[in-house]
Amino acid sequence: MALSTPSSSSVRAAETVRSGLTARQSDPFGRAFQVSLWVAVLATVAILGVLIFDVVTHGWGVLAGETGDFLTGRLGSQPENSGLGQAIRGTFYIGVFVVVLTFPLGIAAAIYLEEYAQHGRLNSLISVAIRNLAGVPSVVYGILGLTIFVKALGSVTGPDANGRTVVSAGLTLSILVLPIVIITAAEALRAVPNGIREGGFGVGATRWEVVRSHVLPYAAPGILTGTVIALARALGEAAPLILVGATTGFLTGGESFLPDSLRERFTALPIVISTWSGRPGEDWAASTSAAIVVLLVIVFAANLAAIVLRNRFERGRR
Amino acid sequence: MAVTTGTVSADDKAGSDPVFELSSLEVFYGEFRAVREVSMEIAEREITAFIGPSGCGKTTVLRCLNRMNDLIETARVQGSVKYHGVDLYDAAVSATEVRRRIGMVFQKPNPFPKSIYDNLAFGPRLNGVKKKSDLDDIVESSLKSAALWDEVKDRLKSSALGLSGGQQQRLCIARCVAVKPDVILMDEPCSALDPIATARIEDLMRELTSEYTIVIVTHNMQQAARVSDRTAFFTTEVNPESDRRTGVLVEYNPTSKIFSTPDDERTEQYVTGRFG
Repeated sequence: MALSTPSSSSVRAAETVRSGLTARQSDPFGRAFQVSLWVAVLATVAILGVLIFDVVTHGWGVLAGETGDFLTGRLGSQPENSGLGQAIRGTFYIGVFVVVLTFPLGIAAAIYLEEYAQHGRLNSLISVAIRNLAGVPSVVYGILGLTIFVKALGSVTGPDANGRTVVSAGLTLSILVLPIVIITAAEALRAVPNGIREGGFGVGATRWEVVRSHVLPYAAPGILTGTVIALARALGEAAPLILVGATTGFLTGGESFLPDSLRERFTALPIVISTWSGRPGEDWAASTSAAIVVLLVIVFAANLAAIVLRNRFERGRR
Repeated sequence: MAVTTGTVSADDKAGSDPVFELSSLEVFYGEFRAVREVSMEIAEREITAFIGPSGCGKTTVLRCLNRMNDLIETARVQGSVKYHGVDLYDAAVSATEVRRRIGMVFQKPNPFPKSIYDNLAFGPRLNGVKKKSDLDDIVESSLKSAALWDEVKDRLKSSALGLSGGQQQRLCIARCVAVKPDVILMDEPCSALDPIATARIEDLMRELTSEYTIVIVTHNMQQAARVSDRTAFFTTEVNPESDRRTGVLVEYNPTSKIFSTPDDERTEQYVTGRFG
């Protein structure tokens, strides 16, 4: 199709189209919005950066100078001879309790609520209750732990320590994060496309077979993320531990990682951090910063493990 | 307009026992009656098509045939659905066993997010096939019967989600065939596919009738005309009391009759494009 030379009127028409198409080059509100988003992101990252920089620089002397002793040593009355061994051990066991108790229990509850229960009034009542539990302040869980695990069940959780043991602490924090695990796991299960379930049922799978072979593998990355958030929350809580009776000062025992020491008195990293931060002097401040770095490293390690596992699960999903 | 919603019988060309006998089937979603008084017989090794406008209950009826409606909590079924003479909704009947015999292909291709091989091996494994060589044979034969083998034989271990839409739907058909069902139900299997993929699946359906009874729901009248032996036309009727729409079976006849000289005026209007 040979085009003739454009007449002047068609040239003018093309000009009109061009000016129309190129008119709106600037979009001030869009730009402003984008800039404000950038500011929000930068502010968040900057605050986090300053925080980490501050604790690392303050705590570096303690960490670099006598790391071996600092990480394994006992609580002491002077900053020079104080170490985190007992606190790390307490935090480690709290993590073990959460992983062993809360993860299976919470995930099972979520599977029941999402995959098995009738979606009636009772179910939504339970869901609302669980959401409310997730919002209950941690001190309240501390009182719960004090009443049940320390006082009522003290003879079981620690007869020689009046129940103020890492067992009581682990159980209390497990209950504290249980609603978080249930909610996030339930959300991950809800995000599984229904077509996958129907496909499974369509070839004659039972509900259990569908859940085990298709729903859980698909939801695994999301469930994992939620559980690690819950774990990090449990490792960082101080308030409930105060009520459950974590030791803030001098502590005999509470060092051994052997399970038969579980019913001794204990302390944990958040407790040590809050106690030391109240003590006077530069040296205690440095030790506090160093303890914060140790707690952050532990939480980051848990997150890192979650990311690695998550990537493995997601590879299976593609 | 006088309409019979009782038994609409199709003249029985095969003369064999029907696979399904539906009598006065009604399905409710909560208080809402989605379809009422569907009675029909579905013949063996034929393709039966359900056509009709949206909301006429054709998918609902289809999902009753393998108790897929059980998965919807509010769904309730009245009347009877007999499969080779056995009432599918009898309390002693297991929905899982029903679905092993009556497979289903869905509107949207829904391969499992696993390898092609694992998609096909899932059903046979449930049925206790454990030996690798047996599974390999099933995978190969079902992919061949779904006309997919040549395209995927070199990448059985790669993810099923890497296949095109048409390939995914054929994979779902193969997955269904892999458990050696008696009947295959298809719920608008081509609605998400382009014409070439659709043509392939239609060819496939014709080939599968040598072994399987197929019931297909389709929005596409030409598709029903091309592939099916019998066609059931459903439509909606407004209930004068509640003003709610309920699906009804208008006419069930050999496909050639439905598309040339239907018994019911509404069928004629629908197939000629004047309504629906």
